[in-house]
Amino acid sequence: MTDTVIQVRQLIREYDMGGELIHALRGVSLEIRRNEYVAIMGPSGSGKSTLMNVLGCLDTPTSGEYWLNGQEVSRMPDDALARVRNREIGFVFQTFNLLPRSTALQNVELPLVYAGVPSRERRQRAVEALTRVGLGERMAHRPNELSGGQRQRVAIARGLVNRPSILLADEPTGNLDSTTSDEIMKVFGDLQRQGQTIILVTHEPSIAAFAHRTVVLRDGRIDSDTLTSRVAA
Amino acid sequence: MPLFEAVRMAFRTIVTQKLKSFFSLIGVLIGVTFLIAVVSIVQGMNVYMEDQFANRLIGLNTFTLRRMPNFMTGNVTDDMWRSWMRRPRITYDDADEISAKIKTPVVVARFCSDRMVLNYNGKQAKDIELMGTEPSYFEIKNIEIAQGRPFTQQEVRSGVPVLVLGDLVAEKLLPGLNPLGKEIVIAGLPYRVIGVAAKRGTLFGLSLDKFAVMPFMAPARRYICPLNVLDELQLKAANPDQMLVAMGEVEAIMRARRHLRPSQENDFNLENAAGALEGWKSISKVLITALPGLVAISLVVGGIVIMNIMLMAVAERTREIGIRKALGARRRDILAQFVVESATLSTVGAALGIGTGIGLAFLVRALTPLPAAVAPWSIFLAVGLGVFVGMVAGVYPATRASKLDPIVALRAE
Repeated sequence: MTDTVIQVRQLIREYDMGGELIHALRGVSLEIRRNEYVAIMGPSGSGKSTLMNVLGCLDTPTSGEYWLNGQEVSRMPDDALARVRNREIGFVFQTFNLLPRSTALQNVELPLVYAGVPSRERRQRAVEALTRVGLGERMAHRPNELSGGQRQRVAIARGLVNRPSILLADEPTGNLDSTTSDEIMKVFGDLQRQGQTIILVTHEPSIAAFAHRTVVLRDGRIDSDTLTSRVAA
Repeated sequence: MPLFEAVRMAFRTIVTQKLKSFFSLIGVLIGVTFLIAVVSIVQGMNVYMEDQFANRLIGLNTFTLRRMPNFMTGNVTDDMWRSWMRRPRITYDDADEISAKIKTPVVVARFCSDRMVLNYNGKQAKDIELMGTEPSYFEIKNIEIAQGRPFTQQEVRSGVPVLVLGDLVAEKLLPGLNPLGKEIVIAGLPYRVIGVAAKRGTLFGLSLDKFAVMPFMAPARRYICPLNVLDELQLKAANPDQMLVAMGEVEAIMRARRHLRPSQENDFNLENAAGALEGWKSISKVLITALPGLVAISLVVGGIVIMNIMLMAVAERTREIGIRKALGARRRDILAQFVVESATLSTVGAALGIGTGIGLAFLVRALTPLPAAVAPWSIFLAVGLGVFVGMVAGVYPATRASKLDPIVALRAE
């Protein structure tokens, strides 16, 4: 059990959309262990976004349990969830979601600001994270001075800077061309080899193919859960 | 998130949105400008009135006995005016009895004055205040003699036609000449200049050097006072306490002379610098009481503007809020961020307002005879108000920001 990072049992998430009940998740159970590289796939409306939001502690399930790193987060109040997001989860979004008026370095420092890390250490760790994704040179640039691939690297560095339990990437290559996509997927691959647990949400099989395990959702349930490959070193 | 961090974040936002920030803080700026400028001018006036106006125009520790007030304060109704005009005049006998009976050591001067025309060698000086009085007058009013000498009590008694000129009169009638010994004609009679007073400068832009002083009994007396009557009796004591005692004595002597019953009001007027300041005090009181209203209105308007700008900022930056929340910002972090941003914005406005307020005060001082002195407390008050208005205005937008659902916020464009 110590190896388990995420344990989800009978997760149900329903939305009330103007009187109509939407069943986004109809009972999902899933276990993800440390250093796994999992792709969550499924057509739109399958519930994969909802699952990602719940796994990312942005949303709470209607019922079911969600244990993250030994804590039950499914019943936590808002501020406790914010803390969990801050400490345990690194987000990488399709649209990068960088603060446009801040430099790359400031963007990467942001999670540490909310973690209450003193400014000197913050800077040092942000520089480290940026160097790790190969952006040590462009720290003073603002997002609009960076290419799409570079922006996504900044976002990855921001996701990593708090040394999270899981890196949660939502369509990380959706806004990138194929060459840049490959570069970004290579970064994820490297991070996984260094011990990072990665969850990748995508609808592209070619991207999902980079992961070692693929979970396919359909109509709010897990349709299939397969190990695609086992890369030995 | 520490406060320092929030302030730094707020400054970063303000600097990146200079123009918008400026417009949003203009209300606070105007309010604070008002506050600083008005307080500065009122304070400056206070100092000026006490130092200059009261003590120079009336004299230190000095009071006057008159038929009616010289410095009118508040509304003078027709009835008041009529009752003043019915009062008996102050006579030589009044003056003599007061001088004889008063026990407090005082310096006394009989005094009459009116505007007259002075002539010298075909030159005319119109509208000159011609004063008939006694040598003690120079002491009471602290008038220094720059050239020549004042007249003597002997000259007063004999009504010798001599003059002590104000600086401006000497300059106007006798430019470049040695004024001493020159003969100036008033109402057809020649007067010999025996002295010139030192320059006294201006008060509210009016010259204090446009006067001529002659012995009380000099021939022109009949043009400025009816016989046996004087405009005022001036009395100067050694210190403020003795002045009050002397005022009491004079009041008692006059009431006895006029046979006033205890129920009857004085039919004469005793006035000192404090009394003359009453008028100014009531004006400054009005200004100081009206000021909070004016400042409050502009600060409320300023606060509403800031609140709207912050609401706009929250709407515009919904995505940013979503990002921050995803990265671990708690509600109170977002709340603090926007409240601090709003307070910082408003404080910057207050700081600019202090600058323009001080600037305005100095401009008033430079361009008008009104003085101005910046009061340190008004600066602290202004900064405090700036922070307060900003915080209050920021609470509602910040609360809305903090309650945003991160999922919805992240999806916002």
